[in-house]
Amino acid sequence: MSSSSLPPNPDPVLNVSITPELIEKHGLQPEEYDHIVQTLGREPTLTELGIFSVMWSEHCSYKNSKPLLKTFPVEKKDTSRGYGRVMVKAGEENAGVIDIGGGWAICFKIESHNHPSAVEPFEGAATGVGGIIRDIFTMGARPVLLTNSLRFGDLEDATVKRLFRGVVAGISHYGNCMGIPTVGGDVVFDESYEGNPLVNALCLGILRHDQLQKGAATGVGNPVYYVGAATGRDGLGGASFASRELTEESQADRPAVQKGDPFMEKLLLEACLEMMAIPGLVVGIQDMGAAGLTCSTCETAGRGNAGIEIELDEVPQRETNMNSYEIMLSESQERMLVIVQKGREKEIEDVFAKWDLHAAKVGEVKEGDRMVVKQHGVTVADLPARFLTDEGPVYEREAKEPAYLAKTQAWKPDEIADLTKESLAEALPGLLGDPSIASKEWVYRQYDHMVGASTVVLPGSDAAVCRIRTGEGDKFVAIANDGIGRYCYLDPHRGGLIAMAECLRNLACSGAEPLAMTDNLNFGNPYKPEVFYTMKEAVKGLSDCCAAFDVPVVGGNVSLYNENHRGAIDPTPVISVVGLIEKEADITTQTVSAAGQKLLLLGGWPDEIGGSQYLQTVHSVKTGRAPEIDLAKEKTVHDLVRQVIREGRVKAAHDLSDGGLLVAVGEMLFAEEQNFGATLELASASPARWDALLFGESQGRILLAVDSAEEETVIATAQAAGVAVQSLGKVTAEPILSLRTGGSLDHSWEVKNLRDIWSQRIGKAMALPGLPS
Amino acid sequence: MKVGVLQFPGSNCDQDSLHAFATVLGVPARLVWHKEESLEGLDLVVVPGGFSYGDYLRCGAIARFSPVMKALKAYAGAGGMVMGICNGFQILCEAGLLPGALIRNDCLEFRCETVNLTLAARREAWQAPLGANPLRIPVAHGEGNYRIDHAGLAELEANDQILFRYADRPAAIERRGNPNGSLSDIAGICNREGTVIGMMPHPERAVESFHPSRDGLPILQTLLKLAGHR
Repeated sequence: MSSSSLPPNPDPVLNVSITPELIEKHGLQPEEYDHIVQTLGREPTLTELGIFSVMWSEHCSYKNSKPLLKTFPVEKKDTSRGYGRVMVKAGEENAGVIDIGGGWAICFKIESHNHPSAVEPFEGAATGVGGIIRDIFTMGARPVLLTNSLRFGDLEDATVKRLFRGVVAGISHYGNCMGIPTVGGDVVFDESYEGNPLVNALCLGILRHDQLQKGAATGVGNPVYYVGAATGRDGLGGASFASRELTEESQADRPAVQKGDPFMEKLLLEACLEMMAIPGLVVGIQDMGAAGLTCSTCETAGRGNAGIEIELDEVPQRETNMNSYEIMLSESQERMLVIVQKGREKEIEDVFAKWDLHAAKVGEVKEGDRMVVKQHGVTVADLPARFLTDEGPVYEREAKEPAYLAKTQAWKPDEIADLTKESLAEALPGLLGDPSIASKEWVYRQYDHMVGASTVVLPGSDAAVCRIRTGEGDKFVAIANDGIGRYCYLDPHRGGLIAMAECLRNLACSGAEPLAMTDNLNFGNPYKPEVFYTMKEAVKGLSDCCAAFDVPVVGGNVSLYNENHRGAIDPTPVISVVGLIEKEADITTQTVSAAGQKLLLLGGWPDEIGGSQYLQTVHSVKTGRAPEIDLAKEKTVHDLVRQVIREGRVKAAHDLSDGGLLVAVGEMLFAEEQNFGATLELASASPARWDALLFGESQGRILLAVDSAEEETVIATAQAAGVAVQSLGKVTAEPILSLRTGGSLDHSWEVKNLRDIWSQRIGKAMALPGLPS
Repeated sequence: MKVGVLQFPGSNCDQDSLHAFATVLGVPARLVWHKEESLEGLDLVVVPGGFSYGDYLRCGAIARFSPVMKALKAYAGAGGMVMGICNGFQILCEAGLLPGALIRNDCLEFRCETVNLTLAARREAWQAPLGANPLRIPVAHGEGNYRIDHAGLAELEANDQILFRYADRPAAIERRGNPNGSLSDIAGICNREGTVIGMMPHPERAVESFHPSRDGLPILQTLLKLAGHR
């Protein structure tokens, strides 16, 4: 340990003594600062304080969430199908890697850019996409698809429209230019997200096992290269900015939002993949994301159990007179740190020259464990690397059940009247026109979802499916995103269970076997015990469901301090599960394809109304208890659906989720080229409440469309598996949805009208005067 | 027969085009880096989609200065077959190899969807394989709004240079047939000789069993046939 003070910084502005105000401004607790002084044996310099502020922010250190994240299963137990082994576990590297068989692997992760998007939606969302793409190709993988989960306030609000439009345009701008298809995701509108939208972006890449790269600095004397865009003053301290609550003053934080250049990133991607294809050249590689040069240097040194020394004069800069604090904390985009084999400098320099990009040798790997930063030859920071990365503070926050839960959970359905013929007639179009349920075509038609020529199931179905070209036969990956804040608000544990279960159900409907999950935990301020309670319970729910389905968590992100003037957002763990489909013939979508097909409901009649979208949309209350969930039953239904799909008996499969049975049937009839109709025979259901049957969101339910010749076999297969199965009726060519209840509720809707409401809802809200849609 | 697919910094449909020709159609094909200065030995040159040079300044405006473009002009001038798709179409217009310009979609947004195309040209080489039925082909662009002056449009029509037009779509869902507001619903054109072709829709995204259609196959096959007849 070096306890001697550092020489004065070349920039006199930085030569100040550290005051309690400065410590607070850097988001560090007094006891955290004391720990730093004790370990260093001296006061840190201002540059060093800046380095601690980002490395020990929630965004980089997970200090308030680590104990919870440790409860996730991180390995897949059953790999007997020949795939699914976790090759790189959560937290080990920039993203997790999973074997998909045949010498190939996938690598994927989700990450949030909530706060930047709240302040500057276009650039915030665009750089969120750019950041997650870098996380993937850092691992040696070629990115092949993107998805995103977005949450906004009330769509009628002008500010929400501005944010929504800007975020979608930003994602579209970045992903389209990169040539990576954005194939799916989800968008929910709820006033809890007012002023604090959620923008979670996911990227998935593919690689051969031998292409895997690590982010470790090893081999004393190996040169450290800085590649990509030059460093500016943009995004200063973004990681610590993301780890505070948004306030009125946050607008003044706009310099903390980075500006993206997808063209630069496309060049960086191609150059990096070309460089990594050269055998033995690259020792370690890490992207400069949150905390930029700081994070990439100390993390590579920490992982490599080595020291690292860099000279800032060698860092390409696009502004003049930048001091060490600014260079180290800049979050300029499209940059990477690469450690290559000594003596092979020309090889990396040639690749980057071909792509007209910077490749500057900024330092080298050293003996010991220090991260040493120099400017003009003067040491400006000298810190133990692992102290920054692995020995940061970890807190088990206080958890306290929020008082509102007792009230919402005591809610009884008899507080509202059951459906009448009139209210039923209005409820279905009302739900289909709720922006959270309505078609998201306005969103995904702005994303290039077909580039790569490998998108098999386009956005709009339960799960997106993409072909993976391996050169030795195609493989197919399915991916879905889920996470309902409403359920987590009403019952955080069940909300966590359901987020995961619904995602798995979506995959089952597409014909996929689940591989692994990535999560983005979006919560409020963890120092509020009620907020921490919801986080703890929701994580337990996710973890329980992962364990029950043997689906490991391979990485993710935590976004805290998501608050607006009313308090915390609804607790929103967004999760995404990736699955594998071995045969093209097993790929299944949610729309029916011919008149005469039979509709079968698996999992029993829905009978709960609490926590439903129906209550929120039609009765304007967010209350009751989230639906019950039985994981064993859920799994049996998924396995059954995959089985009958593989037997070739299923024409369409769709899960019951937001909006329940009637919404799901409606969505199945909206085929790409044609509207179908259906006649539903529900007289035998004799429910206690019709609203619960038709719009309730009881879990573990899947609708199948099968040819009439297969109906008997599928029913028998379901019964043999112990799954409740109901024959609902048949698909008709005439586009009328008819409900036969054996009583006064009989009603018919024109499917064309329902579809217009569903498909045009968001586009109409977002239409700009004088412009064609 | 050998196909070359140009690769500019920012091209991103280069691999898809290569895959369509080399793997799906089984024709020898290779990538041509934009710094190459010769196109010798190629029977068909594809200028693929993407965001060449980030589409900075104007789509295709910087790419036209790449070294390979000099060779492309000479190649086209000698009657070589050239196909520009999406950004490639924009580049060919910027380079003066095709008339007119592609400006921002009239909705001011990027559009990715599958459109219906009709073959507008009466050219025999295209009529026989494509016929009268609409083709379902994906588009994905922010700047596909084709514009040309009156005289230029009259000339395109007089010389049968309008190859594809956007057509109406099924009535199940209300969508405009023309996704970008292009003049006279123009989706693709060719030079007088029919040897330099540009189109906004992506035929290489409609060639495999799981694509929205396989209607891109006859388009690519016709190109190969035309290239083979030279």
